[in-house]
Amino acid sequence: MSTAVKKKKPMSKKRKNFLELTAIYSVVAVMFVIILYPLLWAFGLSLNPGTSLYGARMIPENWSFVHYEWLFTDPRSNYVTWYKNTLIVALSTSFFATLMVSLVAYAFSRYRFIGRKNGLYAFLLLQMFPVLMAMVALYILLNLVGLLDSLLGLIIIYVGGAIPMNAFLVKGYFDTIPRELDESARIDGAGHFRVFFQIMLPLAKPILAVVALFNFMAPFMDFILPRIVLRSPENFTLALGLFNFVNDQFANNFTRFAAGAILIAVPIALVYLFLQRYLISGLTSGATKG
Amino acid sequence: MATNDNQPDVKIVNKRHNPTVAALLSIIPGFGQVYNKRYWKGATLFILFAAFVGVMYGFIADGLQGLITLGETPRDDDSRIFLSYGILSLIFLAFFITFYVINIIDAHKDAKRIQLGWEVPGLKEGFKNAWDTGFPYYLVAPGLFLLIFVVIFPLLFMVFLAFTNYNLYNAPPRNLLEWVGFDNFVRLFTINEWRNTFINVLSWTLIWTFVATTLQIGLALFLAIIVNDKRVKGKRLIRTVFILPWAVPAFVTIIIFSALFNDNFGAINRDIIIPLFGTGIPWMSDPFWAKVALIMIQTWLGFPFVFALFTGVLQSISADWYEAADIDGANRWQKFSNITFPHVMFATAPLLIMQYAGNFNNFNIIYLFNQGGPPVRGQVAGGTDILISWVYGLTFENQQFNMAAAISIILGLIVVVFAFFQFRRTRSFKEEGNI
Repeated sequence: MSTAVKKKKPMSKKRKNFLELTAIYSVVAVMFVIILYPLLWAFGLSLNPGTSLYGARMIPENWSFVHYEWLFTDPRSNYVTWYKNTLIVALSTSFFATLMVSLVAYAFSRYRFIGRKNGLYAFLLLQMFPVLMAMVALYILLNLVGLLDSLLGLIIIYVGGAIPMNAFLVKGYFDTIPRELDESARIDGAGHFRVFFQIMLPLAKPILAVVALFNFMAPFMDFILPRIVLRSPENFTLALGLFNFVNDQFANNFTRFAAGAILIAVPIALVYLFLQRYLISGLTSGATKG
Repeated sequence: MATNDNQPDVKIVNKRHNPTVAALLSIIPGFGQVYNKRYWKGATLFILFAAFVGVMYGFIADGLQGLITLGETPRDDDSRIFLSYGILSLIFLAFFITFYVINIIDAHKDAKRIQLGWEVPGLKEGFKNAWDTGFPYYLVAPGLFLLIFVVIFPLLFMVFLAFTNYNLYNAPPRNLLEWVGFDNFVRLFTINEWRNTFINVLSWTLIWTFVATTLQIGLALFLAIIVNDKRVKGKRLIRTVFILPWAVPAFVTIIIFSALFNDNFGAINRDIIIPLFGTGIPWMSDPFWAKVALIMIQTWLGFPFVFALFTGVLQSISADWYEAADIDGANRWQKFSNITFPHVMFATAPLLIMQYAGNFNNFNIIYLFNQGGPPVRGQVAGGTDILISWVYGLTFENQQFNMAAAISIILGLIVVVFAFFQFRRTRSFKEEGNI
């Protein structure tokens, strides 16, 4: 009796093992199809020579790069201008947001001052409000001060809107840097800014990189603020410009949209994939310790 | 922390120096400081305050006046400008009052210290002290300035708009705005069309937030656990592919999906549904199916980020826990519910709450998929509009600024409740600065 049980057990375990692994791999396979299908479909469409969605095939019979060529060479195409605009907005947003955010976070992490606690509460609250919620006001206000339809207006809104959320993230990271480090520097006679630039900033590089990267990426992905702020096609950012390809006559320019979208999706996806570990650990450390 | 030692044996050295007098004298800024024999500080304060009052008095008085009247002659006076100057005046006034109170407190505190025999510092040391104590404020100032103008000012503007009659038919500069009290809110809840729309949109917003976010978290947890299994090979490749939807810009994928789901020539109807079931599903033109499609797309878009978070946490759970559980004879479910689940939830709860908050205001997907459509009879919002996309529609398509602002306020109140949960979870407040 006991031998029979012994014989049966490893068999069933092996079988169970096999079944489980098959189940896991088939789930993974289904997910692969669900994830990759839309992306490959868009890529396939971008190679269709026609412009309409209707006749387009995922695997075109006579594929061509005409849409890619059109984006860069046709005089009616603003694609390169949009790329340039987006880069300008992304670089300035990233730089100024990181600078402001780290100054604010340094104050909140290392100093005690009147209003500190209320300030923290205010940040927590404000990071929940999307800038979008004030869009009525932003639209009217930018109109009043003449910053409607300018990249500067867009940059200012991005930088201001980035402060609450990111300051919290960076403050959380600063808190994990041992105080002994900057205290001993102070005893040695280092001033406020010296401690900030020579001790805090170098030690906080990982989180600052995350903040800079997120703020660099945001203008590439966001389309709604540009839609509110920017009016003329030569001021568009990529996201807004591409959206207008499909928005004007939906079925007509979809393949062109697909081509333009692939050209920004690929670099951004690569950056995310390479830095994902970095990005996620930055976010979790900021959130759980912040 | 060291400042808090209130020893009982304090001796009053300067009996004739009275803190109350210092505070009372400070009603004219600077005088209290002069009484404390800090002449330079007193003089600087006095000049600063005098300059502020001299320059700003007119602006603030006019601003507040304008805020009450909102302009008097139509076409000449733009009520929106009056409103913004009024809000600016309020902000300046708030700053003025804050500094004024600080000035009085400062004089009182210094006088008290003098009473206890504190030597008034000289000019140079005074400067150094001002630099040291003021330093955090200098750090925060630029950020605060920007924050006030980009976030707080517009939010206030919106709050004020909700109490005006600013809409398509009554728009400055052609007409003057008027204060209408709570009329907009009353209209929202008493006029049938508005009330029904509001209830429909709100309930869909809540369902959307709950279902879409929970689905993406559930799927992420399931996938993270099965991929984390020791026996699975090719983890790197699997994880990379699973992260892809997060890595590709969302506006691109949403537009791709809206083409895929297109009723007539979308690939989903043409290649999958029609061959299998004979008729296509009206993804775009039927509110119910549009909602189903949106939830599926959001799950696709949202699970990778949570998946990556969970994977990180799973890898950090020590194997000892599971070995101990094995020795105690725990089955798989017990291990999951007693070890894995609590670990994962504890480490990621604040970020998960942010996921819910993010979907609550997920404008992009709603707008890009179908622009909030399809239209619904007898309703002023589309079938899939959530609160924030409805506000957008009211603002930019119907120019009902007053109603949009009123709804924004309700939206804001819901967000505050969300934020309250976040507050209770945050440990940030236990870490205190020490300088």
